[in-house]
Amino acid sequence: MIKKRLVTLFVILFLSIAVLMIAPFLGMETITLNDLFEGSRDHTKIDIFWKIRIPRTLIAFLAGAALSISGMAFQAMFRNPLATPFTLGVSSGAAFGAAMYIKIGIIFSVLGISGQLLFSFIGAILSILLVYGITRIKKGFSTATMLVAGVAINFFFSSLILFIQYVSDFANSFRIIRWLMGGFEIVGFLPVKTILPFILIGSAVVFYLTNELNLLLLGEDIAQSRGGDVKKIKLALFFGASLMVGGVVAICGPIGFVGMMAPHICRLLIGWDHRYLTIVSFLFGGAFLVFCDTISRIVIAPAEIPVGVITALLGGPFFIWLLLSGGSDKRIF
Amino acid sequence: MRKPVIQINNLSLYISNKKILDNVSFNIYEKDYLSIIGPNGAGKTSLLKCLMRIYSYSEGDVFFRGNPIKKLSQRNLAKQISYVPQSDGRLLPFSVEEFVMMGRYPHLSPFTSFSVEDKKAVKESLELTNINQMANRSLNTLSGGERQTVFIAAALAQGADILLLDEPTTFLDPKHEHDIYRILRKINEELGITIVSVTHDINSAVLQGERIVILKNGAVQFEGEATEIMNKKILASAYNKDFFFLKHPKTGQTIIAPEVPGQ
Repeated sequence: MIKKRLVTLFVILFLSIAVLMIAPFLGMETITLNDLFEGSRDHTKIDIFWKIRIPRTLIAFLAGAALSISGMAFQAMFRNPLATPFTLGVSSGAAFGAAMYIKIGIIFSVLGISGQLLFSFIGAILSILLVYGITRIKKGFSTATMLVAGVAINFFFSSLILFIQYVSDFANSFRIIRWLMGGFEIVGFLPVKTILPFILIGSAVVFYLTNELNLLLLGEDIAQSRGGDVKKIKLALFFGASLMVGGVVAICGPIGFVGMMAPHICRLLIGWDHRYLTIVSFLFGGAFLVFCDTISRIVIAPAEIPVGVITALLGGPFFIWLLLSGGSDKRIF
Repeated sequence: MRKPVIQINNLSLYISNKKILDNVSFNIYEKDYLSIIGPNGAGKTSLLKCLMRIYSYSEGDVFFRGNPIKKLSQRNLAKQISYVPQSDGRLLPFSVEEFVMMGRYPHLSPFTSFSVEDKKAVKESLELTNINQMANRSLNTLSGGERQTVFIAAALAQGADILLLDEPTTFLDPKHEHDIYRILRKINEELGITIVSVTHDINSAVLQGERIVILKNGAVQFEGEATEIMNKKILASAYNKDFFFLKHPKTGQTIIAPEVPGQ
């Protein structure tokens, strides 16, 4: 069993590295190794490679990895296969921030970080604090309260976004819709550097708590009786995952599907044990999003399909196939 | 007199302003086999949950070997006290061995895997409860009795010397019920593990337990030797119901039978 797990682990590691190595060469303009080394003839291609493709690949990988392990953590914490990184309202908070920025129409940036990013990050933090506050006031830090608070906050911000769209002109309204589809149209390494600390801290929390995630699967009473300090664990996971997701959403928009389905796909591949599942979810989520982003650049080039459209179109059927082909012993939960 | 391992002093618990436990005080002694009985809603489960710190109690104190349990970390508490909750029939995606292995959690540190010692403890508790032949079966394929045995094995693997059980035999047939009691008796007598068992089965409480505590409306109504409760008044006032005492035709043991309805 352990041997089989290790093989799966290495296959996924290998595939992730392969995807990361190949993706930057593909797109509207195909770049070859020759273009890079004998680059004196074509500076545009070198620029595209280093200033656009590499940062874009990196950010897609980081975003996918972060969304995937956040979804995995929430699914274990709520013991609910439908939980996603966005269940607790982070994405709608961020989207509200972005929509506000677009509606206000003043363009500014702070230390090179765009105002839109700043606004959506503030929105994300706002929703995290609201959910935390509501859960805190209701005694006991119950998972059910957290879940319901998250869903309520989600609806609240979504309605505000609809309202902003309604009172905006067509151009702004479209910009908001486009933001909601998510994407990695970034230039340079600044967004990567901005997002990195959030993802490092958030992932560190989740990786540190893999044994605890296993414990939570047993239910909170048993987890507590086995020596897990359930309240503290939930709090750490909530903030770790939410901050990570907040960072990702602020930069890339709410990219759907990866956060919910990638952990399920990984569970089918390697089982419930979070000591393995977390590594696999991280790698698979990252590689999957890089793959989808590459497809989105190629299919109708020179135009791009929003990556959020591709993730579900490709991932949905793949997941169903995996679920059905596994036989009855393969369980997602 | 044996030493108390757990001292419960004036413990009270409120849940949304309702008093669940009312000034409960009694001692649990080393190697005790204590049964807690009482009508539904008496606070038996809540009391166990307070001891395991699943609920944090509102007033009073619980001392574990002289130290207040509020000061212990949850991990340290779990090394000393383990808990088998009421069976909720929830489906869990683990194999028997994996599940029992998770009983070793309090001995794990982050990023580490199970040590040789952990594996040894798991093997021993599987053997002790006689379930090593089903180690690789999925929990979802077990019968109620097998499942309960696995939960006990997992609690044993935890390495604690106090075991709290919440209605360990409630959904079991007579044979499995007997098996569970035999295991509990064995670990109590041979390993010296203190057992605190909440039950509705008064006869087993008397037969198995050395001491009995009766809870009613959150308060201790009786505490004493098992034989002392063979008393119509004590039982009748605990359950608001009449009881008969019969002699077992073969063994001569006294059997407690509730009054038959409609007579």
